[in-house]
Formats: sequence, C-alpha cells, structure tokens
Amino acid sequence: MGKWWQQTTAVTLLNLRMLKERKGSSIAASFGIAGVVSVFVAILSIGVGFSRTMANSGAPDTAIILRSGSDSEMMSGLRHDDTRVIADAPGIKRSPEGGPIASAELYVIVDLPKRSTGTAANVPLRGVQPAAFEVREKVKIIAGRAFAPGKNEILAGKGATAQYSGLDLGSTLRWGENTWTVVGIFSAEGTLADSELWCDAAVLQPAYRRGDTFQSVHAKLTSPAAFTAFKDTLTTDPRLDVKVVRESDFYAQQSQAISSIVTFLGGFIAILMAIGATFGALNTMYTAVASRKREIATLRALGFSAGPVVVSVLVESLALATAGGLVGAFLAYVVFNGYRASTINFQSFSQVGFTFAVTPPLVVGGMFIALFMGFLGGLFPAIRAARQPVVTALREL
Amino acid sequence: MKFLPIVWASLTRRKVRTLFTLLSVLFAFVVFGYLGAIRQAFRVGVDVSGADRMLVIHKVSLIQPLPISYGDRIASVPGVKAVTHANWFGGIYQDPKNFFGQMAVDTDTYLNLYPELVLSPAQKAAWLADRTGAIVGKTTAERFGWKVGDRIPIQATIYRRKDGAKTWEFTLDGIYTGKEKGNDTSNMFFHYDYLKEASVNLRDNVGWYIIRIADPKTTTQMATKIDSLFANSPAETKTSTEQAFAQGFADQVGDIGTIIGGVVSAVFFTLLLVAGNTMAQSVRERTSELAVLKTLGFTDRRILVLVLTESLLLAIVGGGLGLLLAWTAVTVLGDPTHQFLPVFFLPGRDIVLGVVFVLLLGLVTGIIPAYQAMRLKIVDALRRL
Repeated sequence: MGKWWQQTTAVTLLNLRMLKERKGSSIAASFGIAGVVSVFVAILSIGVGFSRTMANSGAPDTAIILRSGSDSEMMSGLRHDDTRVIADAPGIKRSPEGGPIASAELYVIVDLPKRSTGTAANVPLRGVQPAAFEVREKVKIIAGRAFAPGKNEILAGKGATAQYSGLDLGSTLRWGENTWTVVGIFSAEGTLADSELWCDAAVLQPAYRRGDTFQSVHAKLTSPAAFTAFKDTLTTDPRLDVKVVRESDFYAQQSQAISSIVTFLGGFIAILMAIGATFGALNTMYTAVASRKREIATLRALGFSAGPVVVSVLVESLALATAGGLVGAFLAYVVFNGYRASTINFQSFSQVGFTFAVTPPLVVGGMFIALFMGFLGGLFPAIRAARQPVVTALREL
Repeated sequence: MKFLPIVWASLTRRKVRTLFTLLSVLFAFVVFGYLGAIRQAFRVGVDVSGADRMLVIHKVSLIQPLPISYGDRIASVPGVKAVTHANWFGGIYQDPKNFFGQMAVDTDTYLNLYPELVLSPAQKAAWLADRTGAIVGKTTAERFGWKVGDRIPIQATIYRRKDGAKTWEFTLDGIYTGKEKGNDTSNMFFHYDYLKEASVNLRDNVGWYIIRIADPKTTTQMATKIDSLFANSPAETKTSTEQAFAQGFADQVGDIGTIIGGVVSAVFFTLLLVAGNTMAQSVRERTSELAVLKTLGFTDRRILVLVLTESLLLAIVGGGLGLLLAWTAVTVLGDPTHQFLPVFFLPGRDIVLGVVFVLLLGLVTGIIPAYQAMRLKIVDALRRL
C-alpha cells in the first residue's frame, strides 16, 4: 500500500509540474469551468439577495392584518372601526406609555423616475401611524426629521433615495393635486421599508380619496408565540372579516415568485453550460493523456501500476477544475456581491430594492459543479491512459 | 470540392476530440437559443404593441382608478378612432402561485381594439351573450387544462361581491389565440358589466383606457390633447403609447433580465473560446502533415481553404445543430419555469444572429492556424518531424 501511495504521489506531482507545458489548453478548460461557475453563482445570487431582503423584512413577532381574501396590502381594505378593534385585541405589545404598538396603514404607489434609466417606476408610498416606528424597530431616521402629523411631508427610505431621483432632503414632489416635501431620510437596514416612502396616514387618506379607511394593520406582539392566540381572537371576532399573517411568512410568500423564476432559469442555464464546458474539459484531458502516451508507457514499463496513473490524471483534471471554479466564484463575488438592483414585486405591484448576495452555500454549490465537471472530464481519459498497452505505446517511440 | 475527403480525414483523425468539440459548440448554441427566448420573455409586449394604440392611465400611478365618465370625453377628442377600458381584477385561482392576469373589459370594444386576440366568431358570440362569461388565452387554458364550458372559480382580492361570496365564478366561453408568436395569451377577460353589477366597491371606476388614434405619427400631440382635457381635475391622466408603456413596465422588471442576459452572453463567448481553442490546436498539431501536402504541390491558397473548410464545417454542424435543438426545445418543451414567463419563443432575429455567430466562430478559429499553415516553409515544418 505504501508503495502505491509513493507511486501515485510521484506521478501526480510529475503531471502537475508539467501542466505549464500545456498552458493553452489547460487555461482554456479552466476558463470554461470558471464561466459556468460564475454564471451559476451570479444568477442564483440574485434570487438569494431578493429572498434575503424579503426575509429580513419580516419579524416573527409582528403580525400583518389584512381584509380576508387579500393577498397583499395593495388589495386589502379595512374600515377605521376595524383597525380600532384590531389594536385593542389581546396579544399586542404595549408601549411604555401604555398604548398598543399597532399601526394602521395605507399603501399606494406613486410614479418616480429611476435614476439609472430615467423611466418611471412604481414606488410604494405608505401612510403610517406613529406606532409604525415601534413596530419596525429597524427603521431609524438618519437625516432630517420625522414628518409632522397632518402635514404633507415625506420620509424617504435610504434605498429609495438611491434608486429614484427627486427624493433629496428638502425637495418637493407633486402627485395629483398635492405637493409634498421630503423632510427626512430613514434607514431600515436593507429591509423592504428601505425602498418605501412614508407619510402620515391621516394625510394620505384625503389625498387618495380613501375616506376613513386603511389597508392593513401592522402590530407588534408580546412574543412570537402569542401569534396563534392573537390570530384566533381576530379571525373568530364576528365584527371582523380579516386575515392575520405573521410578517415573516407574508414576505417569504411574496418573494417566492421572483426567487423561483431566477433559481429555475439560473439552474437550467448553468446545467446546459456545464454540459458544454464538460466536453471542453474532456478534450483537454484527452489531449493531455495523448501527448503523454510515451511517458505513461515508460512509467508502466518501469513497474508503476495502473492505479496511480488513473489517479494522477484525475487529480490533474480536478486541479484544473478547482482553479477554474475558484476563479469563477471569485469573479461572481467581486462583481455581484452587494450589487444594488431593483425589480417589481408582482404581488404589491411596486418596486423592491435589494442587493445580490453571494453566500457560502452558493460558492460551495458552484465548486461542487466544478469538481463534478473536472471528475467527468478526467475519468474517461484516465481510464484510457491506464488501459493503453505498454508495448504499442513504446513502439511508437 | 474533390478535397473534401482530406477535410473529412482530418476531422476523423481524432474522432473523440472532434465529437467533443462538436458537442461543446452545440451546447453553447443551445444556451444562446435559450438566452434569446428568455430575453424576449422579459421584453414581452414591447415588440408587438400596436403602433396606433395609446394607454390613458391615472397620472399618479396605474393603481389609481379613472372615472368611467372619461370614456365619452376621450372619444370626442378629434383623432381618437376608438376607446375602450379595462380593470385589473387580480384574483386568485386556487393558489397565489397560479398567477395570470384577469381583466374586466368592455367586451365588444375591447376585442375591436385588440385584433391580435383571435377568437372564433361562434365563441365570440357566445361570450358577448353570456354576462358571467369569460375568455382566456391558450397559454393559461393549457396550463390548467380548461375547456370551453368549464366553470372557473376565481377568489376575489380587490373586488368584493354584494352577495358576500368570496369567489367569483365565470363560465369559459372561448379560448383565444395570438395572431403573432409574441402576443401574450395568458390573460383572462370578462364583462365589465358583470363586475359593475356584482361588486360593492367598483364605484363607476375603470382601471385604464385604451384608445386607437387615426394617425400613429401624432402620438405626442394626442397625448397632450387628452391629458389637457383632465388637467387640474381630481384625476389627472397620463397618456402614452402602448409601446412606451410596455417598455416602462419591462424597465420596472428591469435589472434582472439585463443581468441574466449579460452574464449568460459572457459565458457563451467563454464556451466559444474554449471550443475555438481546441479547434485551432488540432490544426497546429498537424503542421507536418500540411507541409507534406505542400510538398505534394498544394498551393498556399488551397491549404488556406482546406483548413478554413474544416473549421467552418465543425462550426456549422455543431452550431447549426445547437440552434436547431434550442429552437425545438423552446418550441416543444416551452417555458422552463412552467408558469412565470408569459411568452416563450425563439425570435427570428436571434436565429439570424446565431447563424452569424456560427460563421464567425468557424472563420475566427480557422483563420489563424490557416494563415500559419499557408505561410509554412516546407523545410522548417518537415525538419520538426
């Protein structure tokens, strides 16, 4: 056994040292693998980034209350009386002053030009009640001040100011008959609220002719475990016809469509490419084996057994694949990790800003694909190298 | 072409390598084909919109409704040939995942404005006569296996019914197809009158108006004319061409399509580079054989043609089969995501572009080794033996 190891190491090292003799084709094969890995990682990082933004936006101890049957805040509608009943329900956390931490909100979309293209985008404008800042603990005002109650003033999310023009502190905006002033910028730690604009719900109601109605209630519960009881209380209350969703589930469900489209397309294309690139790797390794026919035959004649030869070819191929995979994953990481983009969330019909996330599982997945390609690309040539009859190969000398 | 046997001999010299090169070129072009179809899917509507159609929406945003009374006022503007309207219903069929568009429309005028929705006269008559009837596009009908005559329950999200039921039932009266491949055939249409009668919260509003104008060259003037009609009213309008609207929507989906496209194109070229490298290398390996041919009296030009033929042949066979396979797969298997892309087909211009890339691949990979082979000094080449 010791001898087998010795032989294997010797042949493998010899092969690896001779890699530079075949620089061109080796680099080309690695290149192909690098390409596949970078596509895989880059495309999937879109889906991961989007899901992450949605997932971070939802807390397990926060509940969203919508009209039953509604799928999103946009489609929901609640009367003022409903929101009072909801806010008084047991299970909602109380602020130090004693009031329930629940905010009845309105959700509309407004047109703003995207900075990158200048084309109009659907930007969400949310009318909130004062408790909204306690419900969403991540929201912090980083410039300016909060909107004054009863005034046409807007707080803009940090992500929104980066993506759309016209939201600088102090600027005025005109939608319909109303003029608004941007009085503050808030950060929401990369959650959905980052791409939103906030204003006083009481001001948004008349501006959008909503009467005394709201679309949703966001409520902080005493604990995540309190959710079930809270939900049962509201859904069995004869005065109400509502749907109660845990905030984390609500956003997870909304991210499903985009995540699966991206994951599916990314995976599908990566597989097609992987097949194409595996043939490239196979070619390289066959050429490598063919050009070393004589060396291999000589080694065999010297008493090296077939095993070490097979292993050495496989190791060489895996080394090329690893190098390619690392380069691909690195490229994808450098170019795409943290890349800011926005897209439309079909459920709420409004823009969501998010950043691409190249995560360790994605890189591991990419490397796995690379190694698999390297293994396939090396296996058949390795077997051929080992099967080669020593005498014929040497006779060609 | 009596030298074809020589080309054939060089290609079959290392059968395995030729086969693998062919296959990697083939898969690169399959990817290229799918890329074309995906890009097209993200641009749905932009390419096929009617040039004489314009959309009138609420100035603040699409979700804000417009009063139904606007219809007559818009129709009276000189230059407007026809007006219709639509409301987004946004209902759920069984599960939110089964998303497709549902629109309450003014049936008669809507079909007139959208001649690309092809419905048989019998089905059309049945629909017009059936108050609770609906028509649906081929894509969605096939997706859920619906047949004409089926009752389709849609759970309401926006519009509540007067009778308190949460589900709206529609009878499927017809299944329309698209006139062109790019037409979206995923939407369902039903009577606005039904919505008006049965819902509590429509309040005589419509989602948007669609107009046909007499002269497609006057879109800008028409937009100004219509928008000024409603200026300073509670519901100001924004009128744009349907194409601008579709483009705007594509821009909203935005970056994702562009980025997928960009990344995949980059890798397509990487794959070509890898395949090209192998092709070029296989010529370089045969330097001495080419020298022998020259010794036998082959002219420089003939050598050039010989090598180029070989690389072109490889590119055309591999790339051609790849494009063909992509086209077949896209047409037969359809949308790989099964539900999310409203249209999925390989547009003609991408096929043409693919053919150009095939030829370029053949020329570029052949030309350098071919040129080297042509310039080969027999003595040098033979000495290397």
